[in-house]
Amino acid sequence: MTQTDAAPRQTLTQKLANPTRFMQLSGTLMPWFAGAAAALIVYAMYLAFFVAPEDYQQGQTVKIMFIHVPAAWLGMMGYALIAISSFGYLVFRHPLADVSAKAAAPIGAAFTFLALATGSLWGKPMWGTYWVWDARLTSMLILLFLYFGLMALRSAVDDEAMAGKLCAVLGLVGVTILPIIKFSVDWWNTLHQPASVIRMDGPTIHSDLLWPLLISALGFSLLFFALHMKGMRNEILRRRLKSLTMAEVDRARSVSAAAAG
Amino acid sequence: MTTFWTLLKRDLLLQAREGGALGTALGFYLIVVTMMPLGLGPDLNLLSRIAPGVLWIALLLSALLSLPRIFEADDEDGSLEVMATGELPLELAAAAKALAHWISTGIPLALLAPVLGLLLNLELRAYPALVATMLAGTPAISFLGSAGAALTLRARRGGLLLALLVLPLYIPTLIFGIAAISAATGGPSGFQASFLILAAISLFSLVVGPFAAAAAIRFQTQ
Amino acid sequence: MDLGPHAAFIWASYGIYVAVLALLIGWLVWEGRRIRSRLEDLESRGVARRSRVSREGDQGR
Repeated sequence: MTQTDAAPRQTLTQKLANPTRFMQLSGTLMPWFAGAAAALIVYAMYLAFFVAPEDYQQGQTVKIMFIHVPAAWLGMMGYALIAISSFGYLVFRHPLADVSAKAAAPIGAAFTFLALATGSLWGKPMWGTYWVWDARLTSMLILLFLYFGLMALRSAVDDEAMAGKLCAVLGLVGVTILPIIKFSVDWWNTLHQPASVIRMDGPTIHSDLLWPLLISALGFSLLFFALHMKGMRNEILRRRLKSLTMAEVDRARSVSAAAAG
Repeated sequence: MTTFWTLLKRDLLLQAREGGALGTALGFYLIVVTMMPLGLGPDLNLLSRIAPGVLWIALLLSALLSLPRIFEADDEDGSLEVMATGELPLELAAAAKALAHWISTGIPLALLAPVLGLLLNLELRAYPALVATMLAGTPAISFLGSAGAALTLRARRGGLLLALLVLPLYIPTLIFGIAAISAATGGPSGFQASFLILAAISLFSLVVGPFAAAAAIRFQTQ
Repeated sequence: MDLGPHAAFIWASYGIYVAVLALLIGWLVWEGRRIRSRLEDLESRGVARRSRVSREGDQGR
């Protein structure tokens, strides 16, 4: 089949590079994602509270796992998303990559915080203390610091375009050092706790508990993407607003200069 | 490559002439270490147990103080833009400046540490490990720190922001530095393994730091 | 529903989850509305958009 139209076929990312196209596409997709997310989350909660059994070790507190573990996964996925966006921005100059990174940061940070909060509340009945320096909680805490760093850098640089580029560099530095940080925290943890193996989800997960966990994870992931799309849409509109406002200021200025001159 | 060495010598000379900065960092190191017993009590047994950790953490904080200087002066008088567009690749220029920081600040701090160890009743057999790990770990501090300094060069609240950005990156160095010292004093794991990992992290930072710093400088001077 | 002796922790976990997500969603929605209303404000004052006139891009929330 020969291609006779003038425009060459575009890849998906090329198509999405146009903000207006992105607004159209996300406008259709977002309600579906949000709806599916809501449905799955409700179903997962039903399973968690009315179907899933007690854990023989942890009793009912295992129910916290159904929201703690997805939050931890999403905190990490958020940072991976920022890393990919940063790469796309620096290497391919993809126009919406910076928008993606900026939108993902608060959402990822929120889920990381939730992982820490629910982990702490889970820890108290399990180990008797609100905070324990186990490898995974400690890594989550450091991840939260990395998120804070990104958000702080973006707000500390006045020039928005430059802020985006600097955050992209920081994002890539962070993602290269993150595995090293996790490795070192794991090492540190085994050094100081040679005997017990503390795992937040128990040595093995029984399938009765696994199923609600997976549904919950899927539901909250869809929610993440829906919120990310919403954040990107907000950012695109905000930039549009800003450029229109500045254009209007310029025009008013030139009009008054012409009137005075 | 001669430009690399010229740049290195120039930076070292500037640091030497402006001696105050090193003195401040060393003084800060001394003060922070002194505050530990004041805050935690003079029990020598306790102090000797926490000495490696205290010495390492205080070193990190003291190094943090001197990081902004790496690029500030050159940014102010426009030399940074010249470097960004000059013959020597900016990555190498950034590396030269980070190396100068290590030589002029990192090494002195690492050599002061054993003296401060006396204040904290550090175990005798820990001294060689202390100096060795600090000499091996401070390059990571200078090179990763230089990336942070470049990123926050023109940001508001630059100094505080720098600390927030860079301290998480220092965690692996801290953990393996302490692990090596505690191995030397009879702790669980082997000294060699921790030391080699510490050195590997520093080598890794020799690459990541300058590349990140150069990218950050380019964005801000174009 | 008997959630055992540590029920308070379970409720607290789910509670904080709901609270944080509600804040996040609320903030995103509120920001969106605020920006949209200011954009409409500008457009009603006749500030033209530089790209093509068609408004289809904005439909669909």
